[in-house]
Amino acid sequence: MNAPPAPTLASGVPTDPHDEKKTEPMIRFQGVGKRYGDVKVIDALDLEVAPNEKVAIIGPSGSGKTTVLRLLMTLESIDDGAIWVDGESLTHMPRDGGLVRADKQHVRRVRSNIGMVFQHFNLFPHMTALQNCMEAPINVLGLTKPDAEQRAGELLKMVGLESKVGNYPRQLSGGQQQRVAIARALAMRPKVMLFDEVTSALDPELVGEVLDVIRRIGTEHNLTMLMVTHQMGFAKEFADRVCFFCGGKIAEQGRPEKLFGAPEQERTRRFLRAVLEAG
Amino acid sequence: MLFDLHYTATILPLLAQASLVTLKATLLGFLLATTLGLALAILRMAPSRWLRWSVTGLVEFIRSTPLLIQIFFLYFVLPEAGINLDALTAGVLALGLHYGAYCSEVYRAGFEGLPKGQWEACTALNMSPLATWKNIIIPQAIPPIVPALGNYLVALFKETPLLSAIAVLELMQTAKILGSESFRYVEPITLVGLFFLVFSLVSAFLIRWVERYLNHR
Repeated sequence: MNAPPAPTLASGVPTDPHDEKKTEPMIRFQGVGKRYGDVKVIDALDLEVAPNEKVAIIGPSGSGKTTVLRLLMTLESIDDGAIWVDGESLTHMPRDGGLVRADKQHVRRVRSNIGMVFQHFNLFPHMTALQNCMEAPINVLGLTKPDAEQRAGELLKMVGLESKVGNYPRQLSGGQQQRVAIARALAMRPKVMLFDEVTSALDPELVGEVLDVIRRIGTEHNLTMLMVTHQMGFAKEFADRVCFFCGGKIAEQGRPEKLFGAPEQERTRRFLRAVLEAG
Repeated sequence: MLFDLHYTATILPLLAQASLVTLKATLLGFLLATTLGLALAILRMAPSRWLRWSVTGLVEFIRSTPLLIQIFFLYFVLPEAGINLDALTAGVLALGLHYGAYCSEVYRAGFEGLPKGQWEACTALNMSPLATWKNIIIPQAIPPIVPALGNYLVALFKETPLLSAIAVLELMQTAKILGSESFRYVEPITLVGLFFLVFSLVSAFLIRWVERYLNHR
C-alpha cells in the first residue's frame, strides 16, 4: 500500500504542493559526493534548504549525516558536485566565464554566512566564556573590544549565562559550555547555524537547557538551521522538515508529523522503531 | 695541598667574567632555538607538501650531524663563501640552529597534542590562519611543553664548552688558558664544573616554577 511518490524538483527534493512561491534556497547541495578511500560517505546528494527553514537530520550512525554539516562548514572537502550558500557557490568560484575550485579567500567569504556548534563544544579552554565569544568578532569581523564585549555579553545573557561570563570552560557544566558555544557561534551573526549532535555529550539532565536555547534562537532569530540529532522528540516539535539519512543519501524526508507518524520506507520505520525502543 | 685556595681566589674574577660569556651564548642560543623551532614546527604543518618535506629534511639533517661540526662549519667554512662571523656569533648561531631543530620536534608534539576540535572551532569561526596560530593554538600548546623545552635549555647550556673549539672566551676556554699558563688544572676545571652544576640546578628550579605558574593560571 505505497503512497504515490511526491512530485520532485530536478534536484530530487520533494516539493511541497502547498508552497506557492519558490524562494532562492539558502543552502543547496547539488550532486555532492564524498569518499573516504573506497567508502562513499555521501552519495550524489541533492538537498535544498529554504531561508529560515529548520531541518533535522536523523539516521543511523555512519549514514553520513554529520558529514553533511562538516562539508557545509568546509571541515571536509567535497569530491563531487557543488554546494551553494545564499545564492553563491561555497565550493567553486567564477573565473573566465566558468566555475573553478574556490580559493581560500572565496571560501572564507562565503563561509562567513555559516556558524556551527559541535558535539564536544570545542570551546577555547584558555579563555573565559566572554573571551570565547569575543575572539572571532574582534579578529574576523574587526569589531572594537568594547563592541565585541557588548555583543558577547548580550548573547551570554540570552543563553542564561550572564553570571558566568568570567568563568573558564573547565568551571562550567557541559550544558553551560554548550550554551557558551552557541553564543560564540551567534556572535558572528551567521545566516545559517549548524548543530552537530549538540546534546549527545551531555548528561541527560542538562539536555533540556541546551534545547531550550536552540528553541529560543529558532524563534527569535531569522536563522536557517540544520541539526543532526538523536532527540526525536525535539526534532518532531522544532523542525519544519526531517531528513532521514541512510547510506550517504536521503532515504526519506518530509514534515516531522509525516515522517515520524507515517514513514513510507521500511528502512525509516526500522530506524524509528529501534530509536524508540532504545528510549 | 691539592686544592690551592689562594690560587682559586685569584682566578675567580676571570672565570666569573668568562661565565658571563657562557650565559650570553646560552641565552641567545636558546632564544634563537625556541624561535626557530617554533617557525620550523609551524612550517612542518604547512598545507604545501613540498614545504613540509623540505623542512622535515632540514630538521633531520641538523639533528643527525654533530654540533661540533656545525660550529666548525659556520666558523671555518662560511668565510670561504665570503661570510665572516666572529666566534661568538658563529657559536650562538650553531647552538640556535642545532637546538632549534630539536625544539621544533617538541613544539610539533605540543601542536599535535591539541584536540582536532580546536582547529575546527577556528575554521567554524572563520578565523585566519595567523589568528588561529597566535591566539588559539600556540597559547595552548606551549604550557605542556615547557618542561621539555627546559631540558633543552640545560642541555644547550652544557654544550657551550664546545665553543672553546673556536676560541670563544667562555668558561672552558678561559679555564684551559689558565691551566696552560699556571700548569694547575684542578682549580679552574673544578670551578667550571661547579659553575655548570649550580647553574643547571638553578635553571631546573626556574623551569619547574614557570611550569607551576603556567598550570595554575
